[in-house]
Amino acid sequence: MKAPHETNCLVVDDSAVIRKVARRIIEDLGMNVSEAEDGNAALEACAAHMPDAILLDWNMPNMDGYAFLQALRRSEGGEVPKVLFCTTENDIGAIARALRAGADEYIMKPFDRDILTAKLEQVGLVADAA
Amino acid sequence: MTELEFEFLRGFLKQRSGLALTAEKRYLVESRLTPICRRYGLGSLGELIGALKLGRVAAMERDVVEAMTTNETFFFRDRIPFDLFRDTLLPEALLRNASRRRLRIWCAASSTGQEPYSLAMLLQEAAPRMAGWQVEIVATDLSTEVIEKAKAGIYSHFEVQRGLPVQWLIKYFTQVGEQWQIAQSLRSMVDYRQLNLLHSFATLGQFDIIYCRNVLIYFDAPTKSDVLARLAAQLAPEGALLLGAAETVIGLTDRLAPHPKHRGLYAHAAPAARLGETAAIPPLRVAASV
Repeated sequence: MKAPHETNCLVVDDSAVIRKVARRIIEDLGMNVSEAEDGNAALEACAAHMPDAILLDWNMPNMDGYAFLQALRRSEGGEVPKVLFCTTENDIGAIARALRAGADEYIMKPFDRDILTAKLEQVGLVADAA
Repeated sequence: MTELEFEFLRGFLKQRSGLALTAEKRYLVESRLTPICRRYGLGSLGELIGALKLGRVAAMERDVVEAMTTNETFFFRDRIPFDLFRDTLLPEALLRNASRRRLRIWCAASSTGQEPYSLAMLLQEAAPRMAGWQVEIVATDLSTEVIEKAKAGIYSHFEVQRGLPVQWLIKYFTQVGEQWQIAQSLRSMVDYRQLNLLHSFATLGQFDIIYCRNVLIYFDAPTKSDVLARLAAQLAPEGALLLGAAETVIGLTDRLAPHPKHRGLYAHAAPAARLGETAAIPPLRVAASV
């Protein structure tokens, strides 16, 4: 596991508020955070510098989270980031679809600090409190 | 609340539940007992204490005790006790009990059910290695209210996201409106019973593995010693006891001893060193698949 200050997390969400909340939580864990407001911008960010983790919204303009995830996993090095889908699409079908597309975890909105931290622990990006 | 009233409440809680209400926890009294006052139409905490002193309303006494106990829990809490179960305790028990093919587990402060259901999921994952085994998870708690919630097995989206891998959410839960209910097959694995840890455990029988985590911290030393001695009496000769990270047997009982390698794991004083050292047992690897 990388040290937190060596871990880069990309937050992809069209809501500036959600990006700000997620940034604060993830930065408090010691990680570096960058932001993108849709799938296209996220793909560009990944091409420039592949992150270790991506917190990904589903419904976004231009390219949605699902399309982004499929494109990411097909791209060179795109298998590396741990992807946490983070969305209001909270039904079991949407979750299964996200996992099939290559998501590592799924966060149902609204989320809080405990949940986001726990999910980052589960994908091995944060040292377990235990 | 006057000093005398607080002292009465301390004694009442100690006697009924073992809960040691320290002066630092005094702030909890108002927030937790004000709803009880409203429920019984009482105007103040003083009136509630007065009613408790009369001792005429058993339901009120039970509600006060339950309101003052802490039910914080989540799936796979602290992770290590569950890794230990999957990789060491279960394989060893399967080997040790192979002739009688029976395994008994007790979650001694099961709260709203996340701990016994976490174990039930691990057992379900190990099912191919346990054909023909009789497995019993007994889950007890002081509070009838949390037992009812545990039996229903219905959790909010906050509760299912704390500690539970999403693959297991969709494998073992169904969506009920905005909430999630654990599968009937897992609910039927757990036998919930109301039990006060201050009372006798004799009717429960003997267990191979006991989880009693994050409850002794609320007791004073003599109560901890008493509960630990009685837990030891229910523990099979080579059984395993798991306590919370902030709990220990040291200085409290000589019937149990900590495992030299695994923090939070205890066994009968004599065979403690043998636990977790059975060689050549492949760990049960849990593949979290959809």
